[in-house]
Amino acid sequence: MTELPTTQTKTSTGRSVRTEEMVLNMGPQHPSTHGVLRLELVVDGEIVIDVIPHIGYLHRCFEKHAEKMTNYQQVIPYVDRMDYCAAMNMDFGYVLAVEKLLGIKVPERVEYIRVIMAELQRIASHLIAAGTYGLDIGAFTPFLYMFRDRERILDLFEMTCGARLLYNYMWIGGLSHDLSPGFIDKAKDFCKYFRPKIKEYNDLLSYNEIFIKRTANVGVLPADVAIAYACSGPVLRGSGVNFDLRRDDPYSIYHRFEWEPQVGMGEMGKVGDCWDRYMVRIREMEQSTNIVEQALNQIPDGEVTSAIPKRIRPNPGDVYVRTESARGEIGFYVVSDGSGSPYRVKGRSPCFVNLSVIPEISRGHMIADIVAIAGSLDIVLGEVDR
Amino acid sequence: MEQLLRNILDHDIFVYGVMAIVPLVWIIPYALVVIYLERKVSAHMQDRLGPMRTGGWHGWAQTIADMLKLLQKEDIIPSAADRKLHTLAPYLMFIGAYTVYAVIPFSSSYVGSNINIGLFYIIAVSSITVVAILMAGWSSNNKWSLFGAMRSVAQIVSYEIPTVLAILAVVMIAGTLNLQEINQMQTGWFWNWFIFKKFPFIFVAFVIYFVASLAETNRTPFDIPEAESELVAGYITEYSGMKFAMFMLAEFVNMFAVSAIAATIFFGGWNSPFGGFLSGPIWGVFWFLTKGMFFVFIQMWLRWTLPRLRVDQLMYVSWKVLTPWAFACIIGVGLWMML
Repeated sequence: MTELPTTQTKTSTGRSVRTEEMVLNMGPQHPSTHGVLRLELVVDGEIVIDVIPHIGYLHRCFEKHAEKMTNYQQVIPYVDRMDYCAAMNMDFGYVLAVEKLLGIKVPERVEYIRVIMAELQRIASHLIAAGTYGLDIGAFTPFLYMFRDRERILDLFEMTCGARLLYNYMWIGGLSHDLSPGFIDKAKDFCKYFRPKIKEYNDLLSYNEIFIKRTANVGVLPADVAIAYACSGPVLRGSGVNFDLRRDDPYSIYHRFEWEPQVGMGEMGKVGDCWDRYMVRIREMEQSTNIVEQALNQIPDGEVTSAIPKRIRPNPGDVYVRTESARGEIGFYVVSDGSGSPYRVKGRSPCFVNLSVIPEISRGHMIADIVAIAGSLDIVLGEVDR
Repeated sequence: MEQLLRNILDHDIFVYGVMAIVPLVWIIPYALVVIYLERKVSAHMQDRLGPMRTGGWHGWAQTIADMLKLLQKEDIIPSAADRKLHTLAPYLMFIGAYTVYAVIPFSSSYVGSNINIGLFYIIAVSSITVVAILMAGWSSNNKWSLFGAMRSVAQIVSYEIPTVLAILAVVMIAGTLNLQEINQMQTGWFWNWFIFKKFPFIFVAFVIYFVASLAETNRTPFDIPEAESELVAGYITEYSGMKFAMFMLAEFVNMFAVSAIAATIFFGGWNSPFGGFLSGPIWGVFWFLTKGMFFVFIQMWLRWTLPRLRVDQLMYVSWKVLTPWAFACIIGVGLWMML
């Protein structure tokens, strides 16, 4: 236990009193640390002087498990469990990495289905992020409205692969199942249904006066700091940096669709405040709906399992593939020693990197703002700790 | 009613005993209904169904089941807590909430105590809850509880000022602090209610009173002392079982108390809105409870719609928005009366 600094403060009557800073332990069991994050706050009254995040409460040895698998395909369920709110995006990254290692070209239809799934998953993930952010600020109702719509996406996933949270759907070289009959119509219906709902969220939460007061000018992350910390995803774009891997380092077939990466513009306060980060997510949902709609219209017929290799034994070598998950740049570094199981799998977690800016941007704010800041970074502890 | 009881019971102590217990006859069923209602209102606003199973029809017995569960729960006092204060706090909280009912006129023939300083008494005793909250927060020996208690005290003390100033505007036109007399002045059709007098000053005073009363009962958007996502549960973090239930009961009792005061001083209390139509002591109870429950519903509506303010913004609203406007109301009413 370190000694806390004490200071002499003058009271209004001129007397000098000794005041002490207090260490406040926020989490791992706390309603708004989004899982099992522990924040050690050094507070002076309500003002936060320093924040020290402690992680590791959800460490599940993903990387070691991956080494001990007998097969590259068997790693996929573990990858699912990293970012359990966006499991499809996780699968996508890992599968692309191993495919690059093997030099496989997957059929057109697989590419389209993967993009549709990844973008639907991005919407579902952003719905959780925005909904729980409302909860953090104290608005209960938008959370349930967003979950109502997320439910429809999960229904689509369930229709395709039977699972609602952890899918194991994208396999190396293909997919576990083809789309079920009727999926395309249902997905188109969803897109039609979902667009007006975004306006509903904006009316309920985004442009609520109290919500703006709580989030604008809070936790401002300047663009240079964001870049210095290697932030990515909505956190980076919220700071006004127009960088999206889907456009700037294109993978799969993203270059075929028309869409715009969204950046924070500081409409309600400074660029890079909590409101900007939140709003980038809301706007990205609309862009993802655009991508899904275009992909649904262009999707060709074909096989989805034909390119799945019987035996996966890549030549010795290593590969790093980065993709844009719902939370930022998820990278997989896969090393092969020529055997049937990976020699090393390293996940580059966007949440871990984004979380590391928390001390930088929350000093001097109040305790209630820490909740707002942590929520706006949208961390999933499964991915932070792996 | 007092005379009637005197004739039946012919002893003052019995009479006062009955008079004191009558509000409880309302509060206990009210709490059961309103907790159920809060669940149902929130559920329907959030596109859910709420409790549907317990008791059969639309889960009507949910609150009763919850109460039985709370009764059976172990009463946990943290080993580091101050036992005496920790045990005393929930009861003091309830007392603070319940004593307000002594002067609230439920009907033209029933008011617990028809004293001539009713409004002043309400303002005075409702501050007891501050002490209870501070006791609860301090004795729990938990930093989160302490934060909740400190915030709560600051909040309730600051919001008392706009509340009092808003009430003062009404007192100026009524010329009395006695709630029963204030009600009698508003007899007749609904345009006799004080809310429509000296328009728009009293109306603004009502809005100020209502906003401030939300803060005094710790309801959203001012539920900062028990802000779930920040302070876990604020000063009730370390309470369980019946003590927790007492805090919850006090909150709901307070909700109705502030609504009842709003109904009494701004909306005619037990007066029928339609002159002589459906008026009288029995209908008076009906009108009074209807008006009170309407404001309780509005409080729920706000709670499930709005986010929460931050603690400094809360103070800003009190000192820089509500208080000056309340002063403006008083000056407006005063000038009107002079001219």
